[in-house]
This record gives sequence, C-alpha cells and structure tokens, in this order.
Amino acid sequence: MSTKERALHPVKRIHGGAHLPHYKNSAECETEILPPPPKVYIPLSQHIGAPANPIVNKGDKVYVGTVIGEEAGYISAPIHSSVSGTVNGVIDKVLNGSSPVKCIEIESDGEMTPDPDLKPFRIRKAADLAEAAKRCGLVGLGGAGFPAHVKLSPSKDSAIDTLIINAAECEPYITSDYRECIENVDGIIAATYLLRDKLKLQKVIICVENNKPKAIEKLMEVAANKQDVEDTVKLMKLPSTYPQGAEKVIIYSATGRKVPLGKLPSDVGCIVMNVTSLATLYRFISTGMPLVSKRITVDGTAVTEPKNLLVPIGTPIGYVLEHMGVDTDNVERIIMGGPMMGQPVSSPEAVIEKRSNAILAMGQSTANIHQTACIRCGRCQRTCPMHLTPARVETAYRKGDTEAYKELNINYCIECGSCSYICPAKRPLTEVMRIAKGELRRQKK
Amino acid sequence: MSKLFKAASSPHIRHEDSTAGIMFDVILALMPAAVYGCIMFGYKAALVLLTTVAAAVLAECLWNLILKKPQTVTDFSAALTGLLLGMNLSPRTPLWIAAIGSVAAIIVVKQMFGGLGYNFVNPALSARVILLVSFPSFMTVFSEPTSDVVTSATPLADIGGFSLNDLFFGTHAGCIGETSVFLLLFGGLYLIIRRVINPIIPLSFIGTVALFAALAALFTGKADIGEYTLKYILSGGLMLGAIFMATDYVTSPTANLGKLIFGIGCGAITFVIRYFGSLPEGVSYSILLMNIVTPLINRIPFGRPFGYIKEVKKDA
Repeated sequence: MSTKERALHPVKRIHGGAHLPHYKNSAECETEILPPPPKVYIPLSQHIGAPANPIVNKGDKVYVGTVIGEEAGYISAPIHSSVSGTVNGVIDKVLNGSSPVKCIEIESDGEMTPDPDLKPFRIRKAADLAEAAKRCGLVGLGGAGFPAHVKLSPSKDSAIDTLIINAAECEPYITSDYRECIENVDGIIAATYLLRDKLKLQKVIICVENNKPKAIEKLMEVAANKQDVEDTVKLMKLPSTYPQGAEKVIIYSATGRKVPLGKLPSDVGCIVMNVTSLATLYRFISTGMPLVSKRITVDGTAVTEPKNLLVPIGTPIGYVLEHMGVDTDNVERIIMGGPMMGQPVSSPEAVIEKRSNAILAMGQSTANIHQTACIRCGRCQRTCPMHLTPARVETAYRKGDTEAYKELNINYCIECGSCSYICPAKRPLTEVMRIAKGELRRQKK
Repeated sequence: MSKLFKAASSPHIRHEDSTAGIMFDVILALMPAAVYGCIMFGYKAALVLLTTVAAAVLAECLWNLILKKPQTVTDFSAALTGLLLGMNLSPRTPLWIAAIGSVAAIIVVKQMFGGLGYNFVNPALSARVILLVSFPSFMTVFSEPTSDVVTSATPLADIGGFSLNDLFFGTHAGCIGETSVFLLLFGGLYLIIRRVINPIIPLSFIGTVALFAALAALFTGKADIGEYTLKYILSGGLMLGAIFMATDYVTSPTANLGKLIFGIGCGAITFVIRYFGSLPEGVSYSILLMNIVTPLINRIPFGRPFGYIKEVKKDA
C-alpha cells in the first residue's frame, strides 16, 4: 500500500459541532428514474442573483436540455427545459403557499427526447470551465445555489491552489451525494483531473465524512488514480460532526485556513465544489446535457420506503410523493432539503429546483418540543461552530436590544441550526438569529 | 388550493434532552446520597427531605396558580431545589423551618426574579443562608450517628477527631446530604457521564481548596500534609457544594474558561472563610458570592468568532 491509498486526517477541527443521528435510510437505494410529470414549472430564479430572462413563448416546442431562459447579468444562471414538450407560457404561480413566483410552464409529451443540438463542450483553457459551468446552468448544488461559473472564474489577485470536493453530506437523511459517489465514480475521476489540470491546482482534497465507508472506498479510486502522478489528489476522512459540510468548516478542516467574515473561499486560495456539482459539470462537458434533473432523496417519518429518485427540475413535490405512494393525509410537514437547514414547504405544488437534494415528508411529530425558559446550560455556546453565544442573542432579541447584536457578532452566524437542535429548553435560537441578522442588515441600510 | 402543510423554521429535528430530563437526572444523581442520609440519620432526615421537596413544589404550584402563569412544576426544577435544600439541612431541623426555607427559595429567590433561568443566586443555597441567619439556634444543631457533635465551631479545628474513613463514608455528624462523600462522587460521575454537568467547576473548586489547604499545612508545619489536605476537602459541604450546587446552570458561567474562573473563585473564597473567618463553613457563601459575579464573568468574550476580522474604524 502506498501512501496514496491512505486517507488524510483533518488538518484542524472546528469548535463545537453537533452529533446528529444519521438516518441515512436510503443509502443503499439505487437511483430510480422518476417518470416525467404531465407538467413542469421551472422557476426563473433558482439561484442567488438576477432571475433568468425567459426566451421561449407559448406554444414553443422544447426538448430536454433546451435553453428556455438566459442569464441576466454576471451573477445569474440560465435555465433549461427538463422535459420534452410544449411551453404553456411564463406564468406567476404560487409554489410554496406564499407569494407567486415567475416560472415557465411546460407540458410534457412524456417522451423525454433530448435536444438534438446538444453536443459535448470542448475545454481548451481554464476560462472554458467557467463558460461550461454557465452554459450548464450550474449552481452550487450543496444548497446555496450560487452560480458556479462565478466560483470558477476567480479574480486575478486571488491565487487558487486548492480544490476541495465536498462529499461530506453532513445533513441527516440525505444520500444523494453519496449515491453520486457510488454510481458515478468515473465521472468524478474525469472531472477531478480535468479541473486539476486546467486550473493548475496544487492540491485536490476530496472530503467525506467517516460514516460512509463505501463512499470512502469508491472515492479512493479517485485519489489513487494512475493519472495522479504527482500525488496531488487526496482523500480526507472527516469526523461526522455537523456542520462538517458547511463551506467555512470544510475549508478549515481540510486546509486549516479560516475564511474571514464577508470573504470568499477564493480569498484563502480555495474552491469548494459539491461532488454532485462536479459530476454535473462533467456530464455537460462530455455530453452537452445541462442541469435538468436532480437526484432527490425522498425520506422522512411519513415515508415507509425511502428512495433516491432522478427528478426533472420543475416537478411538483405532490407528484413525487404520489409516485412514492405517500398518503399526504399522514404528512404533517414537508422539508425541502435536510432536517437541519432545509426549507419548510407548505404546499405540494412546490417544485424541485436545481439546488434541491431531498424531500422529507414528516408525519405527526412525536418529538419533545416543550419549551421552557432558558436554563443557561451553555450548550448552544459550546455547540456553535462559529463560536457565538446564541442564548445571549435570544435574550437581547426579546429585550429589543438591537444594539447588542453587533457586540455579539451575530453576522458570523451560518444558520446551521445546531443551537436550536441542542437546546434542552427548546428555545427557537436559530430562528431568532435569522431575524436578528435581518434586523442588523436593515440597520446598516 | 390543495392541502397545506405545517411550516416551521429549521432545524426540524431536536435533541432528545429536555429541561425536565436534565433536572430529573440531577435528582437521580442526588438520590443515593439522600437515601444514605436517611438511613444514617433516621426517619427525621427523611421527614426533612419530604417537607422541603413538598413545600417547594407546592409553593411553585400555588405561585403559578395565583399569578395565572403556565404551570412549571413538571420541569422538576422546584423538586430539585427542595431536595438540594433538604440535603443541606441538619437532620434535626424542625419541619416548619424546613418548609419556610423551601418557600423562601421558590418564592423569594426564584419566582420573584422571574422564575426558572432568571434567579441570580442558587435558590437552595440562599434559602439555607436565610435560615441560617434567621434561626441560628436551630440550624446549627447536628446530631448522631457518631456523636452529638455540634459543628458550629469550626469543623476543621476538630479535624483530627475524624478518620478519613468517617469522612469518606459519611459516618459522622453533618447535614443530611453532605456527609457521604463517596455517594456524592458517584452521583457527580453519573452527571458527568450523562454530560449533564461539566467537570471543570467541581475539579477547579475542590482543587483550589486542596491546594490552599496543602499550602496552609506546609506553612504551619503540619506533619502529614496529604492527610490534612484530604480531610480538609472531604469534610463539610464541599463535595455537595462543588458537584451539585456550584454547577447549577442558571447561576454559573456558560463558557468553559468562565467555569474555571468560577471554580477557582469558589475554592479560594471557601478556603478564606474556613481558614481565616469566624464562620464554620464557607462553601455556601463562596458559591453565592461567585453566583453574583457570574453575569460579569459571562460578559468576558472568551475567544473570537470563527474567521474574526477587526471592525474597521470609519473615522478615517
């Protein structure tokens, strides 16, 4: 065994962190393809930045992968049709039971015919990678939804030397990144070496939590590949403490570098890419197929048989649950994403977006959520990966003491949810943090 | 419109620990020493404990009823306060005095300052001190099993009168719950393993007292420094105080470094009162004094947030 075949240990360990139950029930569920829904609703804004400009009209014929919206500005991303069929127009639709959003309604013909114009994308120089990411419509698939081409075209004065491939998947339940590692290791290998060569990276660190031995075994094939002559690609086993996959946390664990407040990973010489983002980018480069579908883990206490499904973007959640045979009468809550940071979904009409990675259908809650006064146990403080004092923020919030927010450094909060999770008094700490951060932002304006 | 689901702010899962669960764990950890106290001191001790617990729970219950507040007795914090107070009393305490203590702890010290989480001093300890200054003649009468020793003088003056065994296994006079050091340590270990308490406060508290005792023994030319130090930390209410009272969440610092300051402060004050003061025991007062300092300790920013950058002055 050469040193290449051994996994690295984290360089630094973050303060605090929560030990969560893993609930990775769907880990061994091979990805199934969801039959196309009769209609998809593709939101124009599925990313951070300006919404895409629609370029199709009612009655237009589209295929899987046809561009239906172009990026509007630098921080923006194009959108593509996820089914073949006919455009029903750009409509305002209430997706999540709140305010309407603009989306393109497409009626599927059920054929899923790929766009005949799709062709592989040649990468000659580093800048082509960013162009590919843009054309692919790629956004940060870990959940942030930040346009990936921005990440791949760092400014001249920031010298990128390290690529961190994020396969930590620290949220409970979700196994979609895990399945990517298991099912598409060849794509990951090809993408890794392409990025390393084109971006002239000195180091590629593939980070995975130590609770996924099979993924570690698979990803070892990437690190121990024969293309890696100079041994620049390494696998790192991270402890499974939440939020290990958070960008700032994973950079610190992998390199020991701290991203200062308000700075980007590129400022400390790093690019972090989610493993599914990487595979999606490579799929576009090798086949021309942009980001039109996502692997979604469907699980939760109301789901008897969890699955990983390949779902066209724009598919209503109600359709997915129906396919899974989930009786929505037994569902109390639906979460888009993981249970720690996922968004609550109030209507089955909400759709799968680019950054979606899981749907959790939760039955009647049996959890003890009886709220008492704060008993000042200090667990929130000891768990906070950002070294903050959530309980004191909550006190300041209830007193209306907005002056104290700054002193308590609330803008460092990454809203990972650990404080609320750990609180024995069941105080809504993360929620208050979010509100307080909003107030602080308004104060600055 | 189809069915709407409940929407709540993330995170959507919670740890199974609860306030009531933590309080119950502490009660459980106190049980061996409490039961042992009842066996050692007889039915009178059991009656004192029952009285303090019942009075505390009743006081909290009535307070909530009268003020039309949500009922909070189910969080076990009142029961715990009552139990702690009882364990800090002499088995000979008249029951009416014990009841007054519980009512004072719950109503005056806890509820009047806003209830659970808002009291600035430990309710059980302050009630003990209230009783001590209000009824000094009743409060300082200690009894069997070993003798009718009245420890109102300094227990440490008579330290030679007890063997290490007596002190460790609690076969001597004292408060109901403070004498059986081995069972208190056992309870403390349980709480540390269950991660209910952090060992920093007990260790730094007892460690500081031990250090000062050893130094005192050294300077006064005591023959057996080790035995003197051991007896010093095994006697009085130090174990009960350090493990169960000083670690009270509400009145002790939240950060680990704060806990260390708190523990050392408690230890130093305890030693000063015990060694130089005219009072028999300094544990209660030291903890109460450090309770009062706790909000100040909590204000010290221990460590910077992750990725901290210095705020740029805007006056340039």
